[in-house]
Amino acid sequence: MRHLLSTADLGHDEAVLILDTARELAQIGERSVKKLPTLRGRTVVNLFYEDSTRTRTSFELAAKRLSADVINFSAKGSSVAKGESLKDTALTLQAMGADGVVVRHGASGAAHRLAGWVDGSVVNAGDGTHEHPTQALLDAYTMRERTGRLAGLRVAIVGDVLHSRVARSNVLLLHTLGAEVTLVAPPTLVPVSVGTWPCQVSYDLDEVLPKSDVVMMLRVQAERMNEAFFPTAREYSRRYGLDRDRFALMGEDAIVMHPGPMVRGMEISAEVADSPRATVTRQVANGVSVRMAVLYLLLGGSEPAIGQR
Amino acid sequence: MSDENESGGTEYLIRGARPLGGEPADILVRAGEIAAVGPRAAAEAGAPARTVQADGMIALPGLVDLHTHLREPGREDAETVASGCRSAAMGGFTAVHAMANTDPVADTAGVVEQVWRLGRDSGHCDVRPVGAVTRGLAGERLAELGAMADSVARVRVFSDDGMCVSDPLLMRRALEYVKAFDGVVAQHAQDPRLTQGAQMNEGEVSDRLGLAGWPAVAEEAVIARDCLLAEHVGSRLHVCHVSTKGSVEIIRWAKQRGCDVTAEVTPHHLLLTDDLVEGYDPIYKVNPPLRTAADVHALREGLADGTIDCVATDHAPHPIEAKETEWANAAMGMLGLETALSVVQHTMVDTGLLDWAAVADRMSAAPARIGRLTGHGRPLAAGEPANIALYDASAERVVDPAAMESKSTNSPYRGMRLPGRVTGTFLRGVPTVLDGKIQ
Repeated sequence: MRHLLSTADLGHDEAVLILDTARELAQIGERSVKKLPTLRGRTVVNLFYEDSTRTRTSFELAAKRLSADVINFSAKGSSVAKGESLKDTALTLQAMGADGVVVRHGASGAAHRLAGWVDGSVVNAGDGTHEHPTQALLDAYTMRERTGRLAGLRVAIVGDVLHSRVARSNVLLLHTLGAEVTLVAPPTLVPVSVGTWPCQVSYDLDEVLPKSDVVMMLRVQAERMNEAFFPTAREYSRRYGLDRDRFALMGEDAIVMHPGPMVRGMEISAEVADSPRATVTRQVANGVSVRMAVLYLLLGGSEPAIGQR
Repeated sequence: MSDENESGGTEYLIRGARPLGGEPADILVRAGEIAAVGPRAAAEAGAPARTVQADGMIALPGLVDLHTHLREPGREDAETVASGCRSAAMGGFTAVHAMANTDPVADTAGVVEQVWRLGRDSGHCDVRPVGAVTRGLAGERLAELGAMADSVARVRVFSDDGMCVSDPLLMRRALEYVKAFDGVVAQHAQDPRLTQGAQMNEGEVSDRLGLAGWPAVAEEAVIARDCLLAEHVGSRLHVCHVSTKGSVEIIRWAKQRGCDVTAEVTPHHLLLTDDLVEGYDPIYKVNPPLRTAADVHALREGLADGTIDCVATDHAPHPIEAKETEWANAAMGMLGLETALSVVQHTMVDTGLLDWAAVADRMSAAPARIGRLTGHGRPLAAGEPANIALYDASAERVVDPAAMESKSTNSPYRGMRLPGRVTGTFLRGVPTVLDGKIQ
């Protein structure tokens, strides 16, 4: 595999290889010198068309820990702001010899388009409302780390599934890894064809919580109420927010996840967000390891390579 | 359109072609008209007549397109009236309607007359401008429809195509108003609220790709409303580029009720489906969007049984940069003129759904009737205008957009193997295409 564009492209063994590689690489983060020479001489470009300090920094750190040269190419203050097309930007990066391009873009499919224009590897760091594969990988990594398994794990994903690239990538990856996913949302915020997805759907959070090992809360933008997806932020929060009372419905060992950034008081209350069973900061830490694994396997060249597919 | 253009001075004897796919019959073309068909043709041919060998070719009346975008004035980088007319001739067309969404919009007599003159000057195809229904396509106030109808362009088809006349009261008034000059409103049926930001057909593929969905109901609800409005005020209505199974069913129902509605389908909606979007290549981005296999099936059946009256290309040229970009930023539209007949053969004739006589109806007679074109869509008979397309249905070709006459290359059939090839086109007795080459 040359690119990581969608978790649908990952077979079971490939996905597990990424998670296992991430676990090995995580040990680097615990050393005093947090650096490996693996990607020395390689160039990784972070091409971010959307502001995302969290994801960009995570990729930057991952690449630097592998000794790659990192260039941050932000859409603001560059030729992109002057109207340069994605294709021309791609050709520019190509000419500069980028070995890997990590791209975040507001348009679904932008990473696919880019992959057609550059020779290097493209990592999709979030494209519109399509996918965010490394987020799903770090989520799976965190679940496995906390619960010890993925097969048979019962995962509830709660919130704005319709507009969520995190949900799309997670549903596909978790299905591949054998977990049982239930999406929970008001009917307005799930896609019309969700019945064809490899997961269950429920409109009733209280009913799903006791049966879940993992509850993943998605960010919900209050502005969605202006498009009539729900009447008010308060009503959304009452019906689908994870507050203290609902938290009590969960199993004792069940964990709460959130890809961030959280809207406290909307989809998650402060007590729950700060609970020891919430993995939010752990997800951030694991994000670096998982992205190291992805860059290593895509750009490392030699064994072990992901994907003999 | 009348015969105001110069008529052919040379006589042509077309030998061995099969009119409407029937038995071979020679066709003698003289002074812009068909002088004779059958055994008398050769006998009547004068000594200087030029012979066009067309053994086995299908002879059809020159094709008529109710729906093209020729981009002039305003986007001459994508197409001009002249290049669009050459493209049309290469597709076997002798008359095309040019949609109003130019820059400036064709919402005044001045602009429609300009487009009409450009078409007349091109000499490759008759151009019938479509007038905008509302000023600036803004959907707020009626354009001066009567002035366009009375102009030298003699506009009879009015459309805000690209935009929907979504205000029901405005639509009612437009339907009523054009009755005074036997006009027709051609509606681009798309509820704007249901399709805000829409990128592709709403369904399994859009949900997986994370592209905002364009539900079938956004088209069907407007068609149902318009049919009821047209029936109520006793006007005729034309529905542009029908794309869904539900739309076909609604139009079938409306016709049964006696509503004076006609409809068109594009070649691409007869062949292509929304799973082509998987790779996010905007060459497949079009309005209305590519739908599902079930929709394609229903559209073919609708065209076969006459629920859908005609094929119209919605030829929509765009420069390369408008397509070599992210899906959401790409322009909507596809080339259609130079592949239309091949796609119709592939989807309708080779499947046994239509014979060539019916193709002549759907691609020439019916659109001419809807657009009130008098000199086109006529039978291949003595005394009729010599508007003729010669088509080699046994040929096969790999589509190469770079070889097309259009200024643009956004054909979704690039690299696809399609049957058939237009070898000759005559416009009032003058060959615009001979031996498959533009004249």
